[in-house]
Amino acid sequence: MSATQQDVRFVQGNEACVRGALYAGLRFFAGYPITPSTEIAEHLAENLPKVGGTFVQMEDEIASMCAVCGASLAGSKSMTATSGPGFSLKQEAIGYAAMAEIPCVVVDVQRAGPSTGLATKVAQADVNQARWGTHGEHSIVTLTASTVQDMFAVTVEAFNIAEAYRTPVILLFDEVMGHMRERLVIPPAGELPVTERLRTAVKPGVNYHPYLPREDGRLPMSDYGDIHRYHVTGLYHDIWGFPTEQPEQVNKLVHHLVDKIEGRVHELARWKEFYLEDAENVLISYGSAARSARHLVETRRQKGHRVGLLELQTIWPFPKDLVREKTANAKNVFVVEMNMGQVMAQVKQAVDNPDHVYLVNRVDGTLVTPTDIGNVMRVIEGKGV
Amino acid sequence: MAFRDLIRERFFPHIWCPGCGHGTVLNSLLHVVDKMGLDPTSMCMVSGIGCSARISGYVNFHTMHTMHGRALPCATGIKLAKPQLNMIVPMGDGDAMAIGGNHFIHACRRNIDMTAIVLNNRIYGMTGGQYSPLSGRGVLATTAPYRSIDDDFDAVALAQGAGATFVARTTAFHVKELSKILTKAIQHKGFSVVEVMVQCPTYFGRKNKMGGAVQLLEYYRDNTAPLGSKKLEENQNLIPRGIFVERERPEYCEEYQNVIALAEGKE
Ligand SMILES: Cc1ncc(C[n+]2csc(CCOP(=O)(O)OP(=O)(O)O)c2C)c(N)n1
Ligand code: SF4
Ligand SMILES: [Mg+2]
Repeated sequence: MSATQQDVRFVQGNEACVRGALYAGLRFFAGYPITPSTEIAEHLAENLPKVGGTFVQMEDEIASMCAVCGASLAGSKSMTATSGPGFSLKQEAIGYAAMAEIPCVVVDVQRAGPSTGLATKVAQADVNQARWGTHGEHSIVTLTASTVQDMFAVTVEAFNIAEAYRTPVILLFDEVMGHMRERLVIPPAGELPVTERLRTAVKPGVNYHPYLPREDGRLPMSDYGDIHRYHVTGLYHDIWGFPTEQPEQVNKLVHHLVDKIEGRVHELARWKEFYLEDAENVLISYGSAARSARHLVETRRQKGHRVGLLELQTIWPFPKDLVREKTANAKNVFVVEMNMGQVMAQVKQAVDNPDHVYLVNRVDGTLVTPTDIGNVMRVIEGKGV
Repeated sequence: MAFRDLIRERFFPHIWCPGCGHGTVLNSLLHVVDKMGLDPTSMCMVSGIGCSARISGYVNFHTMHTMHGRALPCATGIKLAKPQLNMIVPMGDGDAMAIGGNHFIHACRRNIDMTAIVLNNRIYGMTGGQYSPLSGRGVLATTAPYRSIDDDFDAVALAQGAGATFVARTTAFHVKELSKILTKAIQHKGFSVVEVMVQCPTYFGRKNKMGGAVQLLEYYRDNTAPLGSKKLEENQNLIPRGIFVERERPEYCEEYQNVIALAEGKE
């Protein structure tokens, strides 16, 4: 391909995620097959070795997530991909990654649960699991996307955030997004920023403290196998990475794990907005549901209705101030999602008038439609169905 | 290499009870690494959760103290990302054979180059003396107050059946043999399993009225015999010690290099 020629493809969302991961420098993937995420593993099995990276199919999702933690500590940008049942199994090691501050990316292409649920049908009900699936106080970053192109872009972002803040980042996609095909333009290398891992400048022979923050708060890493030898544990630990039960140290670490993410809500917020300036009715949505919301907004705007859409690409940390600001002049807020109101609960806490926040949902394994949204809006507007 | 550079003096004293067998394995391992002249920056130790798993804090290698039962998959990720590392994976009997049992058989099957050490005290030490899959029928434990009705795994047979290419068993009493076996296991290219029968005087010994560390070590002396020995031939009730398997099979990281070569050729 010549330098001027654009790399344009017509691909599934899952493949866009793979392309984004490779663009961001992914070098290690461990996974276990599960619909509707399997294409991610399949594409990486083919493409990772082409760039000298490693693909491994482990014995289960627990092992996959563990292998990702290990490979990341050994210096590779690392990722795994799964769906609900596997996401449940990964929670143990996601907690480990949060505690030990291991950069990594976890893709959950959501399907309907609980349990095996509907293996091939769409849902968005893992929102709270992404935030609270693993035990103990911690924070985490979760991103979504509503186009194949955006799946590429947020995947790159996920790696950048994981590396910059030494945290697991969840990519919360869904069955519709994973499987739909759309045009994908892969930008030339260098066009999108790619964050490289911050490695320590501590010289050989000088003590390296893996958990001693620099002045700017960042924790430079050292790859396993490089000169510095240090300890990593899932126990509360000191600056050496060695276990401690000292209340002050434990308290400090809890606050650090939470604050490094919750204190950066603005920095981490990614969103898209459509016709919000004068909107009386504001829709809030994300993932494939946001496509239906967008469609409804476009058709209603043509009829002169003052309706707009706020698409949240960052769900966690929840961008409370952004939501309050963008809905400040709205008469009604409609949260469109495929669960029983997981993001709606967050929106209600964020806005000044929670009584005017309504849920438009579908929990039957099918995509929520513009008609579904229109029906709820008509009821609220007093126009009947 | 100075021996002191192999340990983290800062983190001592260790957490183990007086007379615990885990320390014997640590001691033997450090001497082996020292004697083999292995560069500590080439050494990586990954452990799970348990008294035995704490060993990773004390060695001055690259160390990862992971989750209960998850040492092997974490180590697999490290090894695949950095195949030049010498991996040592110590595990408790519960760690390796109960919660980590699935990971264990699959690591054997892959034949990924690492040395797994099963520190078998036949009890869950860290949680205070519950029975493990290696306790065996008739053992007393806090969760088997009327004696265990569970048969045990034979860790050696399990490793062998799952495809490990080096499989050995010894005890904390036989320290010279332990060092010899660990040396061979580390030298072996492929997945090595070394079961070390160690004493937990605090829970196993006390619960089962088998005495303290000395009595437990005497038990290992009197109830085991080397493979191929007359003693073993004459008494089938003895537990065999020695190297059960030592064979060649393609190693996983090397095989993956072939995958990379094939993939690059396709471009
Ligand atoms: C998921 C999970 N389940 C249970 C525990 C509690 N736990 C900690 S160590 C342990 C067993 C330790 O026994 P073993 O692996 O034999 O090691 P030992 O302490 O005897 O050396 C258990 C059950 C845990 N930490 N994590
Ligand atoms: S409880 Fe048993 S295994 Fe744990 S340190 Fe004490 S003697 Fe060792
Ligand atoms: Mg034990």
